[in-house]
Amino acid sequence: MCTGVSGQVHKNGDGGEVGDIMKKTIEGSFAVAEVVKNCSPDVVACFPITPSTHIAEELDRMYTDGKIKSYTAVESEFSAISMLVGASAAGGRAFTTTDSQGIALMHEVLFAAAGMRLPMVIVAANRSLSAPLSIWNDHQDTISERDSGWIQIYCKNNQEVLDSVPQAFKISEETNIPVMVCMDGFYLTHLVEQIDMPEEEMIEKYLPKRTAEYKLDPENPITMGMYAMPTHYQGFRMDLHKDVINAGENVKKEMEVWGEHSGRKYGNGLWEEYHAEDAEYLFVGMGSVMENAELAIEKMRKEGKKAGLVRIRCYRPFPNEIVESFRGKEGVVVFEKDVSMGADAPLYAELSSVAREKGIETPLSSFMGGLGGKDITVEHIEEMMEKAKEGQVKMVWGE
Amino acid sequence: MLEIRFHGRGGQGAVTAGELLAKAAGREGKWSQSFPKFGVERRGAPVQSYCRIDGERIKIHQELYEPDVVVVLDSSLIGPVDITSGLKEGGKVIVNTGKKPEELELGSGFEVYTVDATSVAMEIMGKPIVNTAMLGSLSKITGVVKGESLVEEVMHHFGEKLGKTNADVMMGCCEKTLNGD
Repeated sequence: MCTGVSGQVHKNGDGGEVGDIMKKTIEGSFAVAEVVKNCSPDVVACFPITPSTHIAEELDRMYTDGKIKSYTAVESEFSAISMLVGASAAGGRAFTTTDSQGIALMHEVLFAAAGMRLPMVIVAANRSLSAPLSIWNDHQDTISERDSGWIQIYCKNNQEVLDSVPQAFKISEETNIPVMVCMDGFYLTHLVEQIDMPEEEMIEKYLPKRTAEYKLDPENPITMGMYAMPTHYQGFRMDLHKDVINAGENVKKEMEVWGEHSGRKYGNGLWEEYHAEDAEYLFVGMGSVMENAELAIEKMRKEGKKAGLVRIRCYRPFPNEIVESFRGKEGVVVFEKDVSMGADAPLYAELSSVAREKGIETPLSSFMGGLGGKDITVEHIEEMMEKAKEGQVKMVWGE
Repeated sequence: MLEIRFHGRGGQGAVTAGELLAKAAGREGKWSQSFPKFGVERRGAPVQSYCRIDGERIKIHQELYEPDVVVVLDSSLIGPVDITSGLKEGGKVIVNTGKKPEELELGSGFEVYTVDATSVAMEIMGKPIVNTAMLGSLSKITGVVKGESLVEEVMHHFGEKLGKTNADVMMGCCEKTLNGD
């Protein structure tokens, strides 16, 4: 074709004919705003904190252009998520987006929204938490909200984010549990690449209008989020816990249904495997770094090394069954961009605990890294895999 | 895969250049990526942006360390910034300057091209905006995207009036690029 470029060709969005794959070249954040619009939200409330992405900015513009029903520029993320609580309680479809410090500021209300069983969707652009001040990517912000009662989905590329947003609304509205779609800051939010936009007509067929089982209604007054005596509090919380676990079935089901509508699927919805079955060593992790891992696996396979990967897509509910793929392997590398200060790394700790419970003896190695934007390359992943061959290790990748 | 790195100063449009190139490649049915070097944006500070173009979907999500082509929008960056850092053996450097390629003394192992994009932009646009201009030279030298695709994308991005001016600057630079060989 021309210098350094050859291979398959996609049809571009402007020139493609009906029935062709219509690719669009667009920045991740702008694409997210468009798919949110296509999901017809009733209420969108955002606070464009620094750092921010183009998602909120574009949704604001769409409201000005009359393309979405509402957009409120509130005075903080605390207000944004609080507004969503009200909107969802009144029966509406509610959306917000934020990053790092914004998620931290939402903390209190995240628990309340889940506890009140209010469906809503956040697209979280994953970035580091202060201090020191950083605007770069890691998973500390959303991992720190793992106990909030929200379903969490981590995406490997912009196409997956676009496919996950409609699924998130559906899962959330079916289970009355809020959903967080996690998208790597910079690596995905600022990346211009080709995507296939899920259009409004397709989403309309997939995602019915929300019908709230119960909602705030002046004709039939109810109370939501009231206080619970010690006789009742635990019961409420354990019901939510059980329902979040059971929501794993909804995540799986919606991946199937979405696959039928869009032609795209990501594993079983909970996790995705790549050359895992006959692998001797596995790489496990979340987010966009897992596409680098796919490249590392491809490279290692060419060198005759039996390497594979398992990507966790749904971190909450935690897919316990995932550890079955570890059985009989020589070793597993667990890589994560987060720290639980003073303890083992969260993903490693959870996988170790479940593997032990199921009697799986494969040694798990823990690598924490990529904090505050430290780049994790294909070569780094190969090196981690080699390191784990020497035996079980626990280490920080890149000082 | 062809990997391109743009060097500019905050406000000169290096990020837009990468985006326009990626989108022009998309128009041709190719697969592409563009993204800024992740950092804090300040006017006048040295900035970088990246573009990858390939015939297959590009999976990689990491910064670009070993470019095939380096495009320098502002020659005052040569020296303060190691513009040839990681450049592949036999790679290409395109610099906006009135000087001849050999006068830049950038080293060996790669091809150096120059174009006085600022003069062309001043003449046609009356403003020293050179990001689209440099894309014209890039297209001529590498052929990675066609000039027509860039013109289409520039027209789409800037609208008819500004798009036409930018396209004229781009084609002007395409003609005036000097080869160091």
